[in-house]
This record gives sequence, C-alpha cells and structure tokens, in this order.
Amino acid sequence: MNGPQDLGGQMGFGPVAPEKDEPCFHAEWEKRALGVTLTAGAMGAWNIDESRHARESLHPVDYYASSYYEIWIKGLETLLKRHNFVTANDFAVGDAVDPAATPKRVLKAENVPAALAKGGPCDRPVAAPVIFAVGQRVRTRNFHPAGHTRLPRYARGKEGVIDAVREGYVFPDTNAHGKGENPQWLYTVVFAASELWGEGADPTLEVSIDAWESYLEPA
Amino acid sequence: MAARVRALETILTRKGLIDPAAIDVIVDTYETKVGPRNGAAVVARAWNEPDFADWLKRDATAAIASLGFTGRQGEHMQAVFNTDETHNLVVCTLCSCYPWPVLGLPPVWYKAPPYRSRAVIDPRGVLEEFGLTLPRDKKIRVWDSTAELRYLVVPQRPDGTEGWSEAQLAELVTRDSMIGTGVARGAA
Repeated sequence: MNGPQDLGGQMGFGPVAPEKDEPCFHAEWEKRALGVTLTAGAMGAWNIDESRHARESLHPVDYYASSYYEIWIKGLETLLKRHNFVTANDFAVGDAVDPAATPKRVLKAENVPAALAKGGPCDRPVAAPVIFAVGQRVRTRNFHPAGHTRLPRYARGKEGVIDAVREGYVFPDTNAHGKGENPQWLYTVVFAASELWGEGADPTLEVSIDAWESYLEPA
Repeated sequence: MAARVRALETILTRKGLIDPAAIDVIVDTYETKVGPRNGAAVVARAWNEPDFADWLKRDATAAIASLGFTGRQGEHMQAVFNTDETHNLVVCTLCSCYPWPVLGLPPVWYKAPPYRSRAVIDPRGVLEEFGLTLPRDKKIRVWDSTAELRYLVVPQRPDGTEGWSEAQLAELVTRDSMIGTGVARGAA
C-alpha cells in the first residue's frame, strides 16, 4: 500500500539526528514494548509480513507522530484484536476481562535464547526455474496495491539490472494477508540514481532493492 | 505510552498468553549480549583472514554463524565490502530492517523518517550529518533492505594496522561503519 511507511525519497523530515552514545532503550516501557511484541509474535498467530502491514496501516498522522516502539505497540494492538486475543473491552478496562483465543504456543523464559538464536528463516524452495539472470536489464512493475507490498514507490516502473539472484523467499504481498507463503525467487536489482530521481541525481549513486520475481518484467 | 504498554503486558500475562519473564530475557539479550561488538568481530576476522573474507563474501550467513552469531533478523545475511572505488550504505526505507545478531537493535535515527527518506536520494547529505564527507568521485551504493536479506557493511581496514590482532582491530570497527554512515576509526 502507498502508506506512510513508504519513505524513500520523501522530503521535509529534516536532518538525521544521530545521538552520541545512544542507549539501547530510552525508557523502561520501550524494553517491555520490545518484549511484548516478540513474545506475542511467538504465539504464532501472525507472521512478520502481517505485523509489518499492521504497522504501515496506521493513519499517516499517527504513524509520523509516533516513535518506532509506539508504532510497534499500536500495530500489535491491531493484531491482538484481529486474532481475538484481546478485545476492545479488555483494552477499555485495562485488564483481562474477556476470554482469549488459544495460542499455538507460549514462549517461556527458558526457551527465549533458543528461539532468538533460531529466528524465523523465510527462504523456501521454489520449483520453477529462475527467470532472470545476473546482468539482465529488467523493469519493475508499476502497481499500487491496496494491500501489503515490499516494492517501494520510488522503484516502481524503473529500469535496472539484476545484480544478484538470491534464493526463494516467502512472498510478503500474499503472506501478509493470510493468502499463503507462495515463495518466489528473489533478486537484488540495482538502479542508477538518474533512473530513480531524474534531473539532478547524484551521478555517483546507485541504489538497489531486493525484489520478488513477480515485481519484475524483462526490460 | 508507558501505562498503555503496562496494561497490554498485564492483559496478555493474565490471559496466559505471554510469560513476563521471557520479556526480561529478551531485554537482557539485546542490552548485554547482542550488539555491534559481534559485527566488529566479524569485520576484524575478515580483515585478518583472507579466506574468511572470501567466505563472508560468498556466504555471509554461514561465515557469521561460524563466530556464533545467528538468529532473529540475521537469518539471511549479505556482507558488502567497501573499496577504494565504492562506499556502501544500508537503509530500510519501508520499516527498520537491520541485522540484529551482528549489530544489535537499530538506533532511533535508523528507524526514523529523516534517514529512511533521504538515504536513497541524498546519501551524501545524510553522510555529512554523520560528519563523513566522501570524495566527490567516490561511488556510493545504497542497499535498501526491502526483503529478508540483512546487510552488513565491511569497512575498509585503516592504514597502519598491519600485524594488529583481531581484538585490536575490532576496537576500530564502529557500529556506524558497519551501516555505512561512518568509516572505521583510524589507527591511533
């Protein structure tokens, strides 16, 4: 979706503000926000693509006014309601009032190190042969889906070159919506800045994205 | 927000959906165990051992795992090497994708709109804000992490570090140098 998350090339946000000796967390609640997000995700009711889509579906005013952990929490609340773990009533009261759906699993403290070390690999076998080869010129599709996609707006309808053929990966555009993993070949596609940004582009700049096969057409 | 998160944790805990002790372990992991020192060890090894550098180029996930760094948000790693000709810079314009096992949790600026919006269109301007001015003719390659690959920049080894141990070299490798918003510290 053309949501507030799709920031590449947007203007007006001002300078980057690197913080010297930045702490890992800026408040106690950020620690709990990280942990609640990860432990709730471990219930197995949604995947990373659905959680990203929940975050980017915040109203743009809300998204831009929120810190990143705030975005996470707001997205998490959406997911917990959607999957019947927490009701509006629970939130209103601020306590467990209504019954919850049954999670696939509950992440216990003793299992955290193994779970973090394992992660959630997203590579999958793809039966079909790869379509594109390294060095081949391709054009990204120009589409504007209402749902989740990982093809940023600045790189739609642009001509680039296949820089690397990766493995098969879960396709986020369907996986985010409960429509299956439908793995596809993934490619790194590199663009000259002039193709992306036109007049005045930095002539020394190239930008690459990682693109699923269905994002690409032969140029 | 503090009250809102506390209420959420309470609700989920009372429903038996999460274990609050698991949150403590997660927080401790990223506060004390996983951070840019991991990535610095990877870079220092690559500087000192050409065979490891080759492996890191070919199969970063396996090479990095050989040092014990694996897992969440680092399942699929790609290392990109700075050269005399090209400087690499990593961004996630769509969210906050970042290689946790080697760099830890991302800093606030990495997740915020100024960096995410401008890294792909005005990287030189962004780098100036980090105090890094690249030669005008140096090529810049920006890697937008739009999928599940996570990128680690391998900065150039500073001059005057011949014969240094990996532990000494790792001290020169900053977090920002592995994102591309900095370079390695010079040999003192």
